[in-house]
Amino acid sequence: MSFFAIARLLIVAAVAGGSAWSANGPANAAMMQDNIERYRVEAKALGQGFEAFSAERGRILFSSSPAAGKPDTPSCTACHTTDPAGVGQTRAGKEIAPMALSRTPDRYIDVKKIEKWFRRNCNSVLGRECTPLEKGDFLTFMASQ
Amino acid sequence: MPLYPVTIIAVAMVLMVSTAVRADERYTPIQDSVVAEECGACHMAFQPQMLPEKSWQKIIGDLSNHFGEDASLDPETVTRIEKYHRDNAADSGWLSGKFMRGLNKTSAPLRITATPYWVREHNEEVPERAWRDPKVKSKANCTACHRRANQGDYDDD
Ligand code: HEC
Ligand code: HEC
Ligand code: HEC
Repeated sequence: MSFFAIARLLIVAAVAGGSAWSANGPANAAMMQDNIERYRVEAKALGQGFEAFSAERGRILFSSSPAAGKPDTPSCTACHTTDPAGVGQTRAGKEIAPMALSRTPDRYIDVKKIEKWFRRNCNSVLGRECTPLEKGDFLTFMASQ
Repeated sequence: MPLYPVTIIAVAMVLMVSTAVRADERYTPIQDSVVAEECGACHMAFQPQMLPEKSWQKIIGDLSNHFGEDASLDPETVTRIEKYHRDNAADSGWLSGKFMRGLNKTSAPLRITATPYWVREHNEEVPERAWRDPKVKSKANCTACHRRANQGDYDDD
C-alpha cells in the first residue's frame, strides 16, 4: 500500500472517530492531504532516496530540543506544549490552539499559512528552513494526533 | 487668518469628539485586516498610536529578528503594514499622542512597555505580583489586564 493510501485511511479513520470534527472535516482533510502530497513531490524531486513520510520522525521533530536557532525558542514545544492536543502559549502570553488535527480541524489547509509558519518557526528553532521531508513528516504526525 | 474658519473647525471637532463611541479615540482599533491578522498572531495587534514613526520603521524593518523570533513576511505585506503604522504613529498627527510624552524627535524605543508614558502609568498602579501571574506572562500581554484593548480601550480597571 502506498503512503498516500495509508494517509487516506488514517484521515478516514480520524473523520469517523473524531468528535471534534465539523461538517467541513472531510473537505479540510482532503485539502491537508493535498499539502502533504505537495511536500511529497518536493521531497522526491530532491533525489535523496525519499520513500515515505513518517509520523514517528514527525514526532521526534516536534518533541526534540535542538536549540540550534534563537536562544528563546529551543524547541517547537516551547510554544506548542509537549502535548500535541494541548493549548500552547506564545512568548507574549497569547493562546495557541492545539496542533493535533483532531483538536483543531481547520489547520494545515492554507498553503501560504503553513509555509509562513514553517519558515519562521524552523528558522527560530533550528536556525534554518525545514526540508520538504521534515514538513511532510510533521504534518503526517499531526494528522495522526 | 480670520477667526471664522477656525471656529467652524473647532465646532466640527467638538461634535466629532462628542459623537465618538465610548472607546478611546486616541487608540483607534486597527482598521486594516492584514495588519490585524499579521501583527495579531503572537500578541494583540498593538495600536500604532503607541510608538513614534521611527520606532515602527525599525521594528517592521527587521521582522526576521523580532524580539528573539523570526516574524518575517513577504515584501508586499511588509510595505502595507509599515504604511499603516507610519500613517497612524504617535507623532503622525498635528497633535502628538500621549505616548510621545518624554520622547524627543530622535528617540525610537523598540517597546511600548519601555516608553516613559507606559512605564509611569504602570509603575504605581500595578503590583509586582501581577506581572508574575503565569496568565500574564509578559508585559506585552495587554489583553490579560485590559480586556477591551483590541477596541483601543485601556481605561477599564
Ligand atoms: C515562538 C513560538 C513558536 C515556536 C517555537 C513554534 N511555533 Fe509553530 N506556531 C506558532 C504560532 C503563534 C503559530 C500561529 C498560530 C496558530 O496557527 O494557531 C504557529 C503555527 C504553526 C504552523 C501552522 C499551522 C497551521 O494551522 O497551518 C505550523 C506548521 C507550525 N507552527 C509548526 C512548528 C514547528 C515544526 C515548530 C518547531 C520547529 C514550531 N512550530 C515552533 C508559534 C510557535
Ligand atoms: C511570530 C510571532 C510574532 C509576530 C507575527 C509579531 N510579533 Fe511582535 N512580538 C513578538 C514577541 C515574542 C515579542 C516580545 C514579547 C515579550 O517580550 O514579552 C513581541 C513584541 C513586540 C513589540 C514590543 C511590545 C512591548 O514590550 O512593548 C512590538 C511593538 C511588536 N511586537 C510589534 C509587532 C508588529 C508591528 C507586528 C506585525 C508586523 C508583530 N509584532 C508581529 C512576536 C511576534
Ligand atoms: C498586569 C496587568 C497589565 C498589563 C499586562 C498591562 N496593563 Fe496597562 N494598565 C494596568 C493598570 C492596572 C492600569 C491603571 C489603571 C487604569 O488606568 O486602567 C493601566 C493603565 C494603562 C493605560 C492608561 C489608561 C488610562 O487612560 O488611564 C494605558 C494606555 C495602558 N495601560 C496600556 C497598556 C498596554 C498598551 C499594555 C500592553 C503593551 C498594557 N497596558 C499592559 C494593567 C496592565
